[in-house]
Amino acid sequence: MLELIDLAIRLPGGRPLLGPMSLRVEAGQVLSVMGPSGVGKSSLLDAIGGHLGAGFALQGRVLLDGRDLTGLPAERRNIGMIFQNSDLFPHLSVGQNLGFGMPRRHRDRRARIESALVDAGLGGMHDRDPATLSGGQRARAALMRGLLAEPAAILLDEPFSALDAQLRDEIRSFTFDHLRAAGIPALMVTHDAQDATSAGGPVIALG
Amino acid sequence: MHRRSLLALALAALATPAMADWTDTLQAARGQTVYWNAWGGDQRTNDFIRWVGQQTEERFGVEVVHVKLTDTAEAVTRVLSEKSAGRTEGGSVDLIWINGPNFLSMKEQDLLHGPFAGDLPNARFLDLSEGAPAALDFTTPVDGMESAWRLARFVFIRDADRVPEPPVDMAGFVDWAAANPGRMTHPDPANFMGATFLKQALLELAPDPRALKAPVTDAAYAAQTAPLWDWYDALRPNLWRGGEAFPENESVQQQLLADGEIDIAMSFDPAAAAAQVEQGLLPETARVFVPDAGSIGNVSFVAIPFNAANREGAEVVADFLLAPETQARMQNIEVLGSFSVLDPERLDAEAQARFEALPTAPALPTLAELGPTLPEPHASWMTRLTEDWADRHTR
Amino acid sequence: MSLAARFLPALILTAILLPIGAGLWQTALAAAGHLPAIGAQGPDLAAWAALWDRPGLGRAVWLSLFTGIGATLLSFLLALASAMAITRKGRGGRLLAPLLAMPHAALAIGLAFVMAPSGWIARAVAPVLGWDRPPDIASIGDPFGLSLIAGLTVKEFPFLLLMMLTACAQIPLRRHLRAGRALGASEARLWLAIILPQIWPLMRLPVLVVLAYSMSVVDVALILGPSNPPTLAVLLARDYADPDLTRLMSGSAGSLLQLALVGAAAGAGLLIRRPVARLGGAWVHAGAPAPGAGIALRALRGAACVAMTLGFGAMVALVIWSLAWRWAFPDLVPQELSLRIWARSVQGWAAPLANTLIMAGASTALALLAAIAWLESETRSNRRLPWAEAAIFVPLLLPQIGFLFGVNTAALRAGLSPGMWLVIWGHAIFVFPYTMIALADPWRAVDPRHFRAGAALGAGPWRRLFALRLPILLRPILTAAAIGIAVSVAQYLPTLFLGAGRTPSLTTEAVTLAASSDRRVTAVVATIQAALPLMGFAAAFVIPAILHRNRRDLRGA
Repeated sequence: MLELIDLAIRLPGGRPLLGPMSLRVEAGQVLSVMGPSGVGKSSLLDAIGGHLGAGFALQGRVLLDGRDLTGLPAERRNIGMIFQNSDLFPHLSVGQNLGFGMPRRHRDRRARIESALVDAGLGGMHDRDPATLSGGQRARAALMRGLLAEPAAILLDEPFSALDAQLRDEIRSFTFDHLRAAGIPALMVTHDAQDATSAGGPVIALG
Repeated sequence: MHRRSLLALALAALATPAMADWTDTLQAARGQTVYWNAWGGDQRTNDFIRWVGQQTEERFGVEVVHVKLTDTAEAVTRVLSEKSAGRTEGGSVDLIWINGPNFLSMKEQDLLHGPFAGDLPNARFLDLSEGAPAALDFTTPVDGMESAWRLARFVFIRDADRVPEPPVDMAGFVDWAAANPGRMTHPDPANFMGATFLKQALLELAPDPRALKAPVTDAAYAAQTAPLWDWYDALRPNLWRGGEAFPENESVQQQLLADGEIDIAMSFDPAAAAAQVEQGLLPETARVFVPDAGSIGNVSFVAIPFNAANREGAEVVADFLLAPETQARMQNIEVLGSFSVLDPERLDAEAQARFEALPTAPALPTLAELGPTLPEPHASWMTRLTEDWADRHTR
Repeated sequence: MSLAARFLPALILTAILLPIGAGLWQTALAAAGHLPAIGAQGPDLAAWAALWDRPGLGRAVWLSLFTGIGATLLSFLLALASAMAITRKGRGGRLLAPLLAMPHAALAIGLAFVMAPSGWIARAVAPVLGWDRPPDIASIGDPFGLSLIAGLTVKEFPFLLLMMLTACAQIPLRRHLRAGRALGASEARLWLAIILPQIWPLMRLPVLVVLAYSMSVVDVALILGPSNPPTLAVLLARDYADPDLTRLMSGSAGSLLQLALVGAAAGAGLLIRRPVARLGGAWVHAGAPAPGAGIALRALRGAACVAMTLGFGAMVALVIWSLAWRWAFPDLVPQELSLRIWARSVQGWAAPLANTLIMAGASTALALLAAIAWLESETRSNRRLPWAEAAIFVPLLLPQIGFLFGVNTAALRAGLSPGMWLVIWGHAIFVFPYTMIALADPWRAVDPRHFRAGAALGAGPWRRLFALRLPILLRPILTAAAIGIAVSVAQYLPTLFLGAGRTPSLTTEAVTLAASSDRRVTAVVATIQAALPLMGFAAAFVIPAILHRNRRDLRGA
């Protein structure tokens, strides 16, 4: 369960940007945050994920399964993040990308990666250059990369807005199916009402 | 090891005190690496220095590293900056190829180790009596602070095809240049060779050449150099580039000769023409010549800085340079072609035979052809002359 | 971590500025007549008086200003004209690498042969003009230093061009040009009025580096410059090499004078920008036609082609000379080719080659490590240090001769023996700024989302550095290394002064030999000297091409 308690963000100048706000996302649930651009949606995700830039001031607390994450660096929060353009690391193969975040304890890395590839419709593409994938393939690979890291929560930043309309439906259902299967809390910011509807979870409007 | 030290002991017991000292020196030198700072602009000299290092390593266990200089003063500056920094031992320079003003400078600033030269075993083959060429460096007494190793004679190089009849004296260069404008030059007098060209002319043109042996005075300078500057003013307009630019040193000048830009070059090595023909740098017709009255000669020395880290090794190298075998090899035209500094009368028959057996080459002059050796003027004249030249002819 | 991040740039700057400061201090002492080792117990003005009395000082100063400013201006103009052509055609930039890699000394030696009265150009026209011996013309070493300007330009304009192309990549060049052309402005006009003002802030530093270098260069000026009097830098080098040891003090005074001259020229260059910009602005607003601009640009582009040709001609000349046995005027090619000189001189260049490899490898590794540490600490602390970044370039802006003699003394006094380690340190000081130039922009340009994604996948700062940042930056890192090797290989005075001559490199060897009568041996050493950095650039090109053959997004960068 992901909880925000009185979370407030100030811009580097000191001007308040967001909040204070409190919310809670249950495991297996996708909470959608909606609002026009510039309202601070992305900063909210950065604050939760630990990516907030220098100068931003943060108040309040972030709790994940009861653990206080406030002040931890991003890599120790165990929170995955999916971006708009789903950029894969350009110097690694598709398979290497998927394995990047996988916990070290797993012995059967290659098998896990292969089965995730098949699951994403990318069977046999382990050694492909990520630059040669189509937009939909990239989006699915990026999601699988995030899930293979076994995060305790996941954040989605406009995950479908770079995709064309036809592809968007397909990737949406792929994503939400997998998020539900993973059984972790997910928080998505979007300006597209369709995204929120498909997610099927609670919706919060900002701004 | 045991046998060697026994042998050393036996030698020490038998020999004179000086010999005993030398045995100590040899022992201390073993395993040392001597950093020999020497001008590196001549391939054959560089090759010879490398050969010396191979020999001393084989015979005495002394390695030689040739630190190549563009100018001897580089090494002088190095020793000086070590002295500035208070480094009175373990210095980086062990041996310097030196003479003239650089020697005077180091001697005056107490930058040299010695006297040592007279105590070298092979010094017995040298004439070190007062006033002998190996005991004087630019009229400055050597006082054992440096040891001779090769003989330098100022010579001109010409292409006999282009200069069939070279001038017979310095005055003759004025007419030759007038007839062949732009076909000769001299190195910048800031360079040693350029200064020597002026000195050679001064020796011939000065009303009283004896005055040049004493330190320069204003009156003597004015009187003795007046004819020189008249001569030079007549010569200069017909020099290469109208006498407005000069090659940096004699090597650049020799390159100009090889390229055909000029027809006369200069060298301190009587074998220079023969050597460069042999190396394909100059045409077969290259020859050296000197004015009929002779040319300036000086001896090249090696000196050891006061703070040399490998002093004993340096002495061993200096001594090896004086071995008749080394000197004969040095005089071999196929090796270096530089004349020996040894006194022929002090050599035994075997050593003399070595010298007589040396090969000759058409471009190599005989000693007779080189004529008399003229002594260098006092070093103060050179300083004065080059400064005056710079005042007169720098734009 | 943040403590170390704060601490690292300070440490790096100390390693750079401490020796330079100590060196300048020693130079200042000697210039003030204080050199106890030769009994000079100043302070007094004797050194300055002696300097003042040097015949030809005034002209030497004038020559330094004229050749330095002339070469910088010409290089800038040629770079500008070439940048216009290259950005329009989108190719031609590759040709720069060999000229960038070529060490100054090797290029000057090769150019001297191409341009000399007995050189290739003269040999080519000799049959037409009936010359059987070289003409007595000052086509190198002319009293105005024009051949020195030409030589410096051949070497420096490719550097400025490279910097300019990098700068152009950071602005929306094509959009500006398309928009401007749609308004009916000529290309020349757009570059001067729109592009130049945008890239100038990025070009300022490289231009100053070229200016400082051109005004104080010794080796190139010795080979191509005037001799009577020479430029100030050569005059000072002669002072340092004079048997009369008091000349060390006038030489030190001269070094300070040179420092002041470089400072004045650089200051004037920066100040003049404002009036030029204002005039230029007025010209843009007036919309006046520029009838000569097109012709001038064409002439400059032609000159750039000539400069390139000269540079490549110099390289070819070096190689041929190294293979020649006898090559007399007016033969266009040697009468006899042979490998004898290579074989005979192998003992002469084997050790310098080994030294050069060690120096270049170690100093480049050191400089690269420092650059990565600097940029990573910038990344982690998330702040840039403008003043510190400017201070990195101090070594490139000061005339080397002004502080290297002093660095040597200061090192000795601190108990450091001259030798390989000191030389490597010295080289690294000059290599580091170039690696920063090569690496900083690509470093900052990597998409930050990669690192956020990496962090979200559990990668800590070190893993983000080693598993993401460095592999992504492989190509620029290797390019920086190649530039570093080229810079290290070309160092002459630092190798000489800090190694006490005991660490001969290919460059010290080439310069020593350039003053010898055997041009062929010089050519052998200069060829190897030029080949090393070229191989570095080739490796920087080939290695990523192989490792990233299957990574499209990294190929173009």
